[in-house]
Amino acid sequence: MSEHNGHEIVGRGAKEGGRLFREWFEQLSHAPERGEQVAYVFVMGSITEILRAFDFQVSFPEINALQTAVRRTAHEYLNVAEDYGYSPDICGYVKADFGMQLRNGEHPMGRIPKPNLAVYTNACNTYLKWAEIWERMYNIPSFAIDVPGARSADYYAREGRGDFDRDRKYVEAQLRELIALCEEMTGKKFDVDKLRETMAYTNAMGTGYQRLLDLNKSQPAVFNAVNEGTIYLGVANGLRGSRAGAQYFRELVQEMEYKAAHHIGTVVDEKYRLLFVGVPCYPIFRRFYELFAEWGGVFLGSTYLWFAAGGLELGHQYDLNKPIESLAEGVLLMVRNAMDAMFFQDRILVDMLQPYHVDGIVYHPIKSCRTVSSGLADNRRAVMQQSDVMSLYIESDHMDKRVVSEAQMKNRIDAFFEGLATRKLRAAA
Amino acid sequence: MNVLDNWRDKPLDEIFYMCRELVEDPDFPTVKRWRAAGGKVLGHFQVYFPEELAHAAGMLPVKVRGAPLDVRQADSHFGSYLCSILKSSLELALTKRLELDMFVSTPICDASRNLAAIWGRNMPYPSQIIYLPQNANSRHSVQYLSEEYARVLRDIEAVTGREVSADDLRRSIAVFNENRALLRELYQIKRETPWLLSVDEAYVLVALGGMIPREEHNELLDYVIPLIRERGARKQDKIRVVFEGGFCEQPPLDLLRVIARSCYVVDDDLLIGLRWILDDVPTAGDPLWNLADAYLNQSSYSPVQHDLRKPKEKMLLQRIHDAHAEAAIISAAKMCEPGLDEQVAYSKALDHENIPYFVSEFEEKMTSFDSLQIQLETFVENLLFE
Repeated sequence: MSEHNGHEIVGRGAKEGGRLFREWFEQLSHAPERGEQVAYVFVMGSITEILRAFDFQVSFPEINALQTAVRRTAHEYLNVAEDYGYSPDICGYVKADFGMQLRNGEHPMGRIPKPNLAVYTNACNTYLKWAEIWERMYNIPSFAIDVPGARSADYYAREGRGDFDRDRKYVEAQLRELIALCEEMTGKKFDVDKLRETMAYTNAMGTGYQRLLDLNKSQPAVFNAVNEGTIYLGVANGLRGSRAGAQYFRELVQEMEYKAAHHIGTVVDEKYRLLFVGVPCYPIFRRFYELFAEWGGVFLGSTYLWFAAGGLELGHQYDLNKPIESLAEGVLLMVRNAMDAMFFQDRILVDMLQPYHVDGIVYHPIKSCRTVSSGLADNRRAVMQQSDVMSLYIESDHMDKRVVSEAQMKNRIDAFFEGLATRKLRAAA
Repeated sequence: MNVLDNWRDKPLDEIFYMCRELVEDPDFPTVKRWRAAGGKVLGHFQVYFPEELAHAAGMLPVKVRGAPLDVRQADSHFGSYLCSILKSSLELALTKRLELDMFVSTPICDASRNLAAIWGRNMPYPSQIIYLPQNANSRHSVQYLSEEYARVLRDIEAVTGREVSADDLRRSIAVFNENRALLRELYQIKRETPWLLSVDEAYVLVALGGMIPREEHNELLDYVIPLIRERGARKQDKIRVVFEGGFCEQPPLDLLRVIARSCYVVDDDLLIGLRWILDDVPTAGDPLWNLADAYLNQSSYSPVQHDLRKPKEKMLLQRIHDAHAEAAIISAAKMCEPGLDEQVAYSKALDHENIPYFVSEFEEKMTSFDSLQIQLETFVENLLFE
């Protein structure tokens, strides 16, 4: 690739990602006017491959909710839900969505259409409770897909093993039931070739996504996993199973390979290489990133990019010759991987320390999400027993600014970097 | 073997006292006795576990339901915004007050699904998650669940070193069928003659079943039920209520006593996992299939099971109706997301049906009930003098 082309592509992923995301949102907003049906889905097991094959528009309530926090309007929606009776101690995503539904879909980026169908997995129990709210509000068809997760840290269930095959058959049976429901709802006969097409796009996206995350082994890191990574994640979810999504990740990999080859890092002068564990602090999204960037801290990896991508980082490739069986296998592997990234991530993190040249790990448990946060303190203890990597543990929230104390956070972060600096000095001495 | 001290021929009050002491004792003396005699113990976290599997292998299934104790060691393993039961349950294990040979957790909520992983990282014995179906409406969920039970059974066999036959399972199912029938009888007394059995008394009788061999529990219930029926208590001017919110973390006994002072709790969801299956499980045929089918198709409801056939608010209205209750106490453990979510649905449904209700939160370690008592008495007086 020529130097000229390189200059053109650096920064393209973030810009193009923003554009695609806005377009996707715009298209979603006007779905009812075009007579299209809307399915509410979640990032861990969105099953968009099937839904796109039936021409459903997919809406991600988690993404809609986090957008309100990034755009600093979340409190308005949380207040509506709390006035209705929801506790301050439950998931902020649920409350923001509920508030939005009561406000007829009003959203800072457009209007969220009402659902015709809800599809959700058991990867997060709140998904189930959330769907029950829509069932009550709209009396819509609602479909839970059970994806049995790893039973323990040592649970090894992969292709060809008894337990795995039994779990896969269960997922497959449910996918076939979902297909029957979609046929009934849309009046369209299931088109297996259309499914193959969406699966092929997801294959391409998975390949690209996996390569993207791997490229951050480069020094300096080619992207910041917490802020730029979140843009890529938005495309990975919103455009999963689409031609545009596949093309985006092909080009993004091209950009990052170029950056890696030319040692081009992020905008930060990289001094410390960090891993992020948890969910970003959306109420102060940019400031949160700056608190680390000011010290030269760059996040080269994030568990959020694993579980919130629904396991796409596995780079799993569907076998298009047996689409439904293979989709079931992929859903099982990817959603299970997403769950592992939350419950059993200590070993994965330890394995990343050396190849990614990690200086520190930042744990960010949040009040809203017990799925992600309940085990982080213990995971941190486990990582510290297995390595001498420095770590920081800061609690706040991904939606509720009442729980975010920037000043306290800054104190802790500054102290963390002072510790890292001392360690580097000692190592150099 | 038996793990209770001499209780036969004792008066009812002494038996209630014994039950209370054991249920509130965070050292689990009955479990210690079982272990001292060489028995193995399977601890299962709330809400439901097919205890027949452990029983058939000769293990003592113990319901892990937290405890009223100071959490000192477990705190550093969790974040801040969590319910008490997770922390106190792990505390029991870390401090060896409750020693197990195997631990099983269910993904009933976002916090508990982390528990097996945490337990596994910190305890030397096997710890795992049993994935009970959350798609109860799939035609394939019974098949899946029976296979999941078979998987867990294999792990139990590995721990005990004992192979479990279909007949072993059938015998265990029969023991638990008897237990379920006795518990149904206990609840029938609460519904029909609640002045004979207060909510806290019924609670300790039920809870004891989760920490002693079920055969011994059956014997005890067989003995006390006639005594309860013969009690000389008189009906008082109390309102009939359903208590909802005790499916996982348990309210302190003192809180139940406060409620019992002004209300007859004619039905509840306290320790619903021990009463999850509503009828006898067939003993003929494939026992694992029968257990799986009963879990899905012959069962109660709770906020942590997703089943389109059982919208929780409608199930609650049915419970209120069946128990001829006049009002409901809609409670939730602090930081319990499923419970708090459901409170909203419950209260809206009760509003719609014009059924009075009292909303509260509790924590297993709470010790002050004065304010709650005043609020509850005010609620009750409003109803009595309406």
